[in-house]
Amino acid sequence: MKKRIFIVFVLLLAFGAARVPLERHIDAVHQEAGFRTARIDLDLRSKISQMGFVAALSGFRSFVAAVLWIEAHIAWERTEWGRMAALFDTVTILQPKSALYWDMASWHMAWNASNAALENKEEPNEFLRRRAQRQYFELGKKLLEDGIANNPKNAMLWERYAVLLRDKLEDHCGAANAFQQAADFNTSRTYLPRMAAYELARCEGRESEAYDRLKFLYDADPANHVPGLIARLKEMEDKLGIPAENRIPSTP
Amino acid sequence: MNSKPALPSAFSISRIFVLATNTLTELARMKIFYFLLLFALLVIGNSLFMARLSFEEEFQMLKDVSLGAMSIFTSLLAILATAMILPKDIEDRTIYTILAKPVPRFEYLAGKLIGILMLLGISTLVMALMFFTVLWFRETTVIADAHRQMADAAGTPTEELAAYIAKVQASAFNTNLIPGVIVIFFKAALLASLTLFVSTFATSAIFAMIISIAVYFIGHLQATARDYWLEGMDIAWWTRGMVALVALIFPDLQAFSLADDIVAGTAVSMGLFLQTIGLGALYVGVYYLFACVVFSGREL
Repeated sequence: MKKRIFIVFVLLLAFGAARVPLERHIDAVHQEAGFRTARIDLDLRSKISQMGFVAALSGFRSFVAAVLWIEAHIAWERTEWGRMAALFDTVTILQPKSALYWDMASWHMAWNASNAALENKEEPNEFLRRRAQRQYFELGKKLLEDGIANNPKNAMLWERYAVLLRDKLEDHCGAANAFQQAADFNTSRTYLPRMAAYELARCEGRESEAYDRLKFLYDADPANHVPGLIARLKEMEDKLGIPAENRIPSTP
Repeated sequence: MNSKPALPSAFSISRIFVLATNTLTELARMKIFYFLLLFALLVIGNSLFMARLSFEEEFQMLKDVSLGAMSIFTSLLAILATAMILPKDIEDRTIYTILAKPVPRFEYLAGKLIGILMLLGISTLVMALMFFTVLWFRETTVIADAHRQMADAAGTPTEELAAYIAKVQASAFNTNLIPGVIVIFFKAALLASLTLFVSTFATSAIFAMIISIAVYFIGHLQATARDYWLEGMDIAWWTRGMVALVALIFPDLQAFSLADDIVAGTAVSMGLFLQTIGLGALYVGVYYLFACVVFSGREL
């Protein structure tokens, strides 16, 4: 019996040697398709409990992420913003391919937590309140940037990033670029190129480019003759001193 | 003139089938299917709690928890049920009755393994059906709510409603979930075959369970060990030797953890799916052969 077990052990090693190239090939195919990309390392270990880490190592990453997301939701109901931020950090490490987690985490930080920080009655100093608000904006921005780094072709994340830059950080040049990226990855949302052009019109030094973009959209499709685009186009015409014969007709 | 009695054939599918169905019946009598109630409670309870979240979050959570639970339950079932099979037959002495008849040992093991695979197949199917039903039910509820709200707020453009419904449908069921479920079954099948192999030389059911559970955890780190061994990392020679041993002995179980990324929206191509289940089938077959080699020389 012992001899047989020894023979099987040798066979097991031989089978291992034969299958390693196959496993490496399948691993490469998986990674190319976007599977097995989550980083499970000591950084993650420091953020979740030992049981959570073991569960993540055991092939239950998404399960652990879901449980932590529920914890984050409960933390939201209790307005524990710091705990939420820490939980979001872990969830997004566990499930980096889930755009929803990046999007929701960023929204909670940049919109909800930032607003709560600004209206924090326990902090009388307005400067400190505004600083805390800004920190949450930056946290939301960072989450979306990391989300985009993990899902570079996700139009929804690019769009959310653009909205955050526009509405919270007033970075119109960045927002124009992000809207354009979103438009490139999702051509069905016809408002995205318009949004990109609108933001470009508010980006200092790029007025000429904005005019060309707005005019192109105006000429390309009558569906783009919306009040917002016409108003911005006229604004650019005035700013750039476009000759009267080249201007768009005034709306009645 | 008396004719000689016909010799039993060396291989019989029907014998294996009888052994497999008996194994399945035996496992069913052990009330193993009761764990499905736990799964149902988990999925339904989870979906009720999730109704507090946005529909995108709710569907994501439902998929994460359900597929995760399916993976846990099928893996545990594969290890625990298989580890008990041989020791129980030895203890009940049924193995002597079976092997005293013209049943080769490889057929006996094949029957046991197929019986367990049938159990795993039925369990996976039932869990998948429960999961898809709850997902469909929640999707229908969210869409019905949207229609009701539209009726209440007269004047909502129908295009907006259509876009909303399309978003709900896109967030709920997608066909990639099906290969995800099938890969979970193959992972459990691999564990069953591995546990059967371990139990051919194990001295008790507990020993087979412990070894298989340890292999389960190490198997999820096998890819990391393989990378350390082959990617030219700067490590000591003895460490390289150890990680090489881990990579050669243990199966790469991370290859079967596709559900994590499928839930996140990663698409499964047919080629990738076939290669993955092909690897699973290879493991099942090879571990079964190893089990036969050891079991054929075991003194009972």
